[in-house]
Amino acid sequence: MQPVITIEGLTKTYKSGLQALKPVDLTIRKGEIFALLGPNGAGKTTLISIVCGIVTPTSGRVVADGHDIQADYRRARMKIGLVPQELTTDAFETVWATVNFSRGLFGRPPNAAYVEQVLRDLSLWDKKDAKIMTLSGGMKRRVLIAKALSHEPDILFLDEPTAGVDVELRKDMWAMVRRLRERGVTIILTTHYIEEAEEMADRVGVILKGELILVEDKAELMKKLGKKTLTLHLQEPLAALPPELGEWSLELRDGGEALDYVFDSNADRTGVPSLLRRLSDLGIGFKDLSTRQSSLEDIFVGLVHGSQAEAA
Amino acid sequence: MSFNGYGVWAIYRFEMARALRTLWQSVVTPVITTALYFVVFGSAIGSRMTEIDGVAYGAFIVPGLIMLSLFTQSIFNASFGIYFPKFTGTIYELLSAPVSPLEIVIAYVGAAATKSAVLGLIILATASFFVPLQILHPVWMLGFLILISTTFSLFGFIIGIWAQNFEQLQFMPMLVVTPLTFLGGAFYSIDMLPEPWRTVTLFNPVVYLISGFRWAFYESSDVSLAVSASATLGFFLLCLAVVGWIFRTGYRLKN
Repeated sequence: MQPVITIEGLTKTYKSGLQALKPVDLTIRKGEIFALLGPNGAGKTTLISIVCGIVTPTSGRVVADGHDIQADYRRARMKIGLVPQELTTDAFETVWATVNFSRGLFGRPPNAAYVEQVLRDLSLWDKKDAKIMTLSGGMKRRVLIAKALSHEPDILFLDEPTAGVDVELRKDMWAMVRRLRERGVTIILTTHYIEEAEEMADRVGVILKGELILVEDKAELMKKLGKKTLTLHLQEPLAALPPELGEWSLELRDGGEALDYVFDSNADRTGVPSLLRRLSDLGIGFKDLSTRQSSLEDIFVGLVHGSQAEAA
Repeated sequence: MSFNGYGVWAIYRFEMARALRTLWQSVVTPVITTALYFVVFGSAIGSRMTEIDGVAYGAFIVPGLIMLSLFTQSIFNASFGIYFPKFTGTIYELLSAPVSPLEIVIAYVGAAATKSAVLGLIILATASFFVPLQILHPVWMLGFLILISTTFSLFGFIIGIWAQNFEQLQFMPMLVVTPLTFLGGAFYSIDMLPEPWRTVTLFNPVVYLISGFRWAFYESSDVSLAVSASATLGFFLLCLAVVGWIFRTGYRLKN
């Protein structure tokens, strides 16, 4: 797929000496939803801020839709919309005025019909004459999205778009993001809610201490790093695991009434049939069983902890 | 796109709309304050003062009063205009927009200068109700009005970028510019001062601005027109150079 953003050797060291980004290379594909994950202070916002022109890079190059973000910043920035993490708005302005201001600021001629459509899509039309200070947090978040979309960008950065947003609004936003993608907009989002990335992203990048440690197709990542857990609900509780079950990595829980077995579902030999046979041989019966695929969050936590343990 | 006219217009209109939203603070307050100056210095005290260079005292102070408002309002409008987005965080939008530093300056400084120039004209109209006015060189008067509004708006823009809190924002207009204006011949001719204070006063840059502006009214000045015009233009170019440096380096704007 055609690249829409190319990042090469991008670094950022702040005056304080903090190295926020180690050399980062990344290609974002046109029309995809890319989720950038990482703990607080990992460098997500710094990376986004550099691409959007808010922070000056120490070295490296970024090209957005064929335009260098520094040499050809006007064309590059016209292609990009940014929804910041913080709810920063002009409190005394009306919704209509602030969205039209953003459109003009990004060099677009007035287009009342387009702005109306954006506001309707975001369920903001009936609030168009309301001052922003009178809106709820969720509504302010929508206003920021409307401002970012006002100049019809091809690339949209969403920095923690659903932070502090209730479940219903979060689902609305996910639906809106999907609609944007259907219209060909490339979306890059950072989020703390891994569930959000799992729900929406085509590809996932994990950034840790300024280093991009992984970029992978989400489905591929879950297949490669995902684990399954088999839970057996026993007929009779076990006081301890019999030594005959030592070759499987089992965990006894719920007062000995449930047995968990974590296995790699992609492996040639999962160990499940042999475990069930051994249990039968030992006379350990079970009344129910279930399996659970590990979530992206489990994978993410595993990656972060693994990297931290490696560093230690 | 070589010039983002829509961007400049958006910022200019936004700033002008802010002034209209705060009409009381932007226009009415300075007009009332100036009217009070006329009542106190023009009528109450001025009636006991002799003419200065053939001009009645009440009329003599008009250019100085207009300058006082022009200085403080230009600085206040421009500094607040750029400081407030920094304070609220909305500056992210300006920094990520396809607008050049020059366009940002044109928009913010243009709006601030427009507001203070209009305010200067309103004060002039207010003054005409209190004292007999004459403007011998209206083109020069307008020229000084526009150039000084623009220069002090540029100065205010610099303060707005430099300031890291509201106290710093108020520091320059309240503790530097206002005293310099009072001591710069706004209410008297510096020829009235004894030595060495007359010579010391010549080191106050505001003297040259007020003197030139007053010359446009009455052909009466403390220093020559050429010196006044050069000083005003020099200050304008200095502010322009500082703003250019700020955008080249990203000083207090970008990390």
